[in-house]
Amino acid sequence: MSAVLEVKDLRTTFPLAGRRVPIVDGISFSVDAGQVLAIVGESGSGKSITALSVLRLVPKPGRIDGGRVLLDGKNLLEANIPAMRRVRGHDIAMIFQEPMTSLNPVVRVGAQVMEAVLLHERVSKAAARDRGLELFRRVGIPDPVARFDAYPHQLSGGLKQRVMIAMALVTRPRVLLADEPTTALDVTIQAQILELMRELQRDFRTAIVLITHDLGVVNELADEIAVMYAGRFVERGAREAVLSQPSHPYTQGLLASMPSRNEPGKPLYEIRGVVPGPDRWPPGCRFCDRCDEAIDVCRDTVPGPVQLEPGHVAWCHVVERARRGGAQ
Amino acid sequence: MIPSPPLAFVPQLAMTEPARAALTSNLIVGALLVGLALAIRSIRKDDVWREAFQQVWARRKVPVVILGLYVFVALLDSVTWVGASGALEDQVAAHEARSVLDRMFTGTTEKSYSAPFATQEFYDASALRHPRRHPLGTNILGQDVLYMTLKGARVALLIGGLTSLIAIPLALFFGVSAGYFGRRIDDVVFFLMNTLASMPSILLLIALIMAMGRSTLSVCVALGVTSWVAFCRLSRGETMKLREMDYVHAARSLGVSNVRIVLRHIVPNLMHLVVITFVLMFSGLVLSEAVLSWLGIGVDGSWGQMIAQAKDELSREPAIWWNVTAAGVALFGLLLAVNLIGDALRDVLDPRTLRERG
Repeated sequence: MSAVLEVKDLRTTFPLAGRRVPIVDGISFSVDAGQVLAIVGESGSGKSITALSVLRLVPKPGRIDGGRVLLDGKNLLEANIPAMRRVRGHDIAMIFQEPMTSLNPVVRVGAQVMEAVLLHERVSKAAARDRGLELFRRVGIPDPVARFDAYPHQLSGGLKQRVMIAMALVTRPRVLLADEPTTALDVTIQAQILELMRELQRDFRTAIVLITHDLGVVNELADEIAVMYAGRFVERGAREAVLSQPSHPYTQGLLASMPSRNEPGKPLYEIRGVVPGPDRWPPGCRFCDRCDEAIDVCRDTVPGPVQLEPGHVAWCHVVERARRGGAQ
Repeated sequence: MIPSPPLAFVPQLAMTEPARAALTSNLIVGALLVGLALAIRSIRKDDVWREAFQQVWARRKVPVVILGLYVFVALLDSVTWVGASGALEDQVAAHEARSVLDRMFTGTTEKSYSAPFATQEFYDASALRHPRRHPLGTNILGQDVLYMTLKGARVALLIGGLTSLIAIPLALFFGVSAGYFGRRIDDVVFFLMNTLASMPSILLLIALIMAMGRSTLSVCVALGVTSWVAFCRLSRGETMKLREMDYVHAARSLGVSNVRIVLRHIVPNLMHLVVITFVLMFSGLVLSEAVLSWLGIGVDGSWGQMIAQAKDELSREPAIWWNVTAAGVALFGLLLAVNLIGDALRDVLDPRTLRERG
């Protein structure tokens, strides 16, 4: 199976204090049809900018400075603007974090769902309406016919998020970028939305790039996990591998700071310090200042990828040294 | 000799001047009524707007009725045709285009001033042709003041409406393109706005009217050109805010083009501002015209002109007060009604109150 979306060495920079700082620094990943890749990281680690870079919608003054974004092997970074517009919403769609503000308050939700269909396909309004209604039913909106002509303010947060998902999926895109799709929702609605996304991904065979800081969501949905820290991946691998055998100290810290049901009352682990701003990133491993296991080489040399098992990679000097030690 | 064009293609060329005037006036009325019907239809279909107007009606019944009366009088003065209609004095004006209102007041002219409900003339005490028929008296030419005042309604609505129709689209176009596209376009629009705003507007108005010649249309164009800056600033700022809204980003991520985003996602979100601005601007424009009339470059038949002409009469002994009072009260009534409606509309349509509701 070949990858639908492949990102190679993506670099997106923003100007800061007179120079251009790579907020996304050499990210590579790929997703297959029907697969879910979760990009996990703290706020400010560059997850959302990665997603926006794929669609080439990085807000100014940001700029994509290098790398390739391949959709079916075609580099989107070289496509012209009309071609790019045809890709957006048709081949690659995006779900935004805030369902409350991501719908136009003065346009009926049905019309907003139909917009993408009418834009990308030569269909009549009636046909587009049928498609929209079908998807409303599919995403579990009760009384879809009445809701189709409702305004956003007449819907609840969960319903709005369902509308957003319908809007993104109505053209049957091959790739769905979901930027924190459940963050703004309460827990019961979160579970419903996750269930829905899993169903849709199975039925439509959509490749999903799920961007989140919520490890619970990752555990529910992801096939593959990429942990992002300060613009770079620190560990990437299959869900089970990363969650059960985290090897990068940052991933270990993240998992240790999750409350566990098996050991109630146990104090949570805390990664010391805070994420450094892009102007204070250390030249070597960007996590070294907060890492308990950091060694001298971490401070000034960028760690290379270390293959732990097929598909499971970590970017860490400590892991590398341990493996070399184990091999000797 | 140049052959004349075949008249069959342009039938109005064959019409007399009064007939053409009547046709134009009636066409405008027709267009306005059709526009109003379409507006009401789309408002009825849309719950948000319907609810807004229902609330305005619930809060401001009297002002709405008063505004309706002004509109009705203006319509009476707009439906026009040529020809006599029976009365003897009518025959004189049989070849002029006259409105319903004109016909109602045909033959009520006196020789000179008459006080309200008087039986004799104000100065020389000779008997009136129509005693007790002038509830608001007559002016120096003996014209019925009630008639003149009612005729002023059409002029006032025309000035307010036509000027807003010129100024608001202009402001919206420049403001939205400056706010959405930014950079160069923003610079150009800002230069234009600052240049206009730095000139004393009354001088600019006089210059424009002098350049275009004095007519209703040129007064409206001049007022429109000088009054769009404020709303342009407002719509520019609002567009810059809307441009960064998540739903605009979402639309962009669906591959919607810039023009479509502006037309579908930005301008509709400015409509409440358009409605509020239209209503609040309206009264300011009618007042500006009164100022222009004072300077002698206003629109013929406006209340401003009546007031300007009556200013000397107030210093007579005994004073002739009914002219200025009638025009002033008519102006005051319209402006108060419009401002009250505008105020209620702002309460109902303001995004902050909308957010509280939904």
